[in-house]
Amino acid sequence: MSRTTLDLWVGFFVAVGLGALLFLALKVGNLASSSSGETYAIQAKFDNIGGLKVRGAVKSAGVVVGRVTEIRFDPEAYLALVTIQVDARYKFPRDTFATINTSGLLGEQYIGFEVGGDTAMLKAGDTIKKTQSAVVLEKLISQFMFNKAAEDGGKK
Amino acid sequence: MDNGVVRALRGLGQQVTARIWRLGYASRFLLAVLMYSGTSLRRLHLTIREVYFAGVLSMIIILVSGLFVGMVLGLQGYDTLARYGSTEALGVLVSLSLVRELGPVVAALLFASRAGSAITAEIGMMKATEQLSAMEMMAVDPIARVVAPRFWGGVISMPLLAALFSAMGIFGGYLVGVQLIGVDEGSFWSQMQASVDFREDILNGVIKSFVFGIIVSWVAVFEGYDAEPTAEGVSGATTRTVVTSSLAILAADFVLTAFMFTGT
Repeated sequence: MSRTTLDLWVGFFVAVGLGALLFLALKVGNLASSSSGETYAIQAKFDNIGGLKVRGAVKSAGVVVGRVTEIRFDPEAYLALVTIQVDARYKFPRDTFATINTSGLLGEQYIGFEVGGDTAMLKAGDTIKKTQSAVVLEKLISQFMFNKAAEDGGKK
Repeated sequence: MDNGVVRALRGLGQQVTARIWRLGYASRFLLAVLMYSGTSLRRLHLTIREVYFAGVLSMIIILVSGLFVGMVLGLQGYDTLARYGSTEALGVLVSLSLVRELGPVVAALLFASRAGSAITAEIGMMKATEQLSAMEMMAVDPIARVVAPRFWGGVISMPLLAALFSAMGIFGGYLVGVQLIGVDEGSFWSQMQASVDFREDILNGVIKSFVFGIIVSWVAVFEGYDAEPTAEGVSGATTRTVVTSSLAILAADFVLTAFMFTGT
C-alpha cells in the first residue's frame, strides 16, 4: 500500500476516534452546558440531610440552578452544613427557603429553593436561614402508626 | 537429601524465580523500548504504519461488537428496569456501563486478540527468519526500528478504539431502547446527560483504555521479541500474548476501578 493511502486511512481513523470522544463528551457527558461559566457559593444548615449527596442538584421551580459541592457536619451546632454552588446567572432573595426533596418516591434527593419576597439578594458566602430537613420515611411511618394506635385507644 | 519433598520444593523455587526473572526481563525490555522511542517517533511514518495495522484494521470488529454489546445492554437493561418501573433510566445504565467498564475492557480484550497476537506473530517470525539479526548486522537497532513503532502504534490506537466502542454501544442502546422498544427519547438522553460526568466517568474511562493499551502493546512486543525462533515457539508466544494480556487487563481493571470509582 502506498504511503499516501496509508496516511489517509490513519487520518480517517484518528478523526473518527476523536469524533467519538467528542460525542461522548458533549452528547453523553453534557460537557457543554454543565460547565457554563461562573458560580457563587452559599451555605445552608439542615437538621437532617437524609440521603443528599455531593454533586446533588439544586432546583428552583424544577429547573437545575446549582450543585451541592460540599457536605460537612458542624460540631458546634450539631447540624449538617451544606455548601451550594449556584449559577451566577440566577439571583435569589435573602429569605429563600431551602428544602430537601425527593424526586419520585424512591428517587435521588435534591435541594429545592422556594423563593421569598425580600428585595435584598443572596451574595457569595451567605447562609440560608430558613431550611426544611429531609423527610425520613421511617419517622413518617412510625408517626402514622402511633397516631393510629392512639386513635384506636381513644375509641375504646 | 534427595527425597521427594526437597525435589518438590526445589521445583517450586525454580518456577517462582523463573517467573520473577521473566518479569524483570520484561520490565527492562519496556525500559529499552521507551529509551529508543525518540528515534522511532522522529521517523513518524513507521509509527503511522503501525497505527494503520493495529488501529484501522481493528476498527470493523470494534464497531460491530460495540453495536451489539450496546443493543444487548438495551434489551437486558430494559427488561430489568421495567420491573422497577424506571425504564427512563435506560440511557444512564447503558452509557455508564459502557463508558466506565465495558468500553475500555471489551475493546482492550478484542484489541489483544486482534492486534496483539498479530504483533507478536510478526515480530516472532522476523526473529525466526533472522531478520532481526540481519538488522543488527547492518547496525540498525531492531528495538528502535521494529519494536518501538509497534508499541506506540498500539498505545495510540487503544483509547481511540475504546471511545469508538463506547460511542457505538450507546448508539446501539439508543436503537434498541428508543427506536425498537419505545423508551421516551427525551428522558433517555437527558437522564444520561444528568448522570454522566465528564471528568469522573469519561476521562477515567479514557485513562483506563490508555493503561490497557500500554499493557497489551507491551505484552505483545515482549512475547514476540522473546519468542523461541521456531514455528512452534512463535505459535506458543502468540497464545501467551492473548492469555497474559487478557488476564493483565482484567486485573488492572479491578485495581483502576478500585481507585477511580470508590468513595464520593
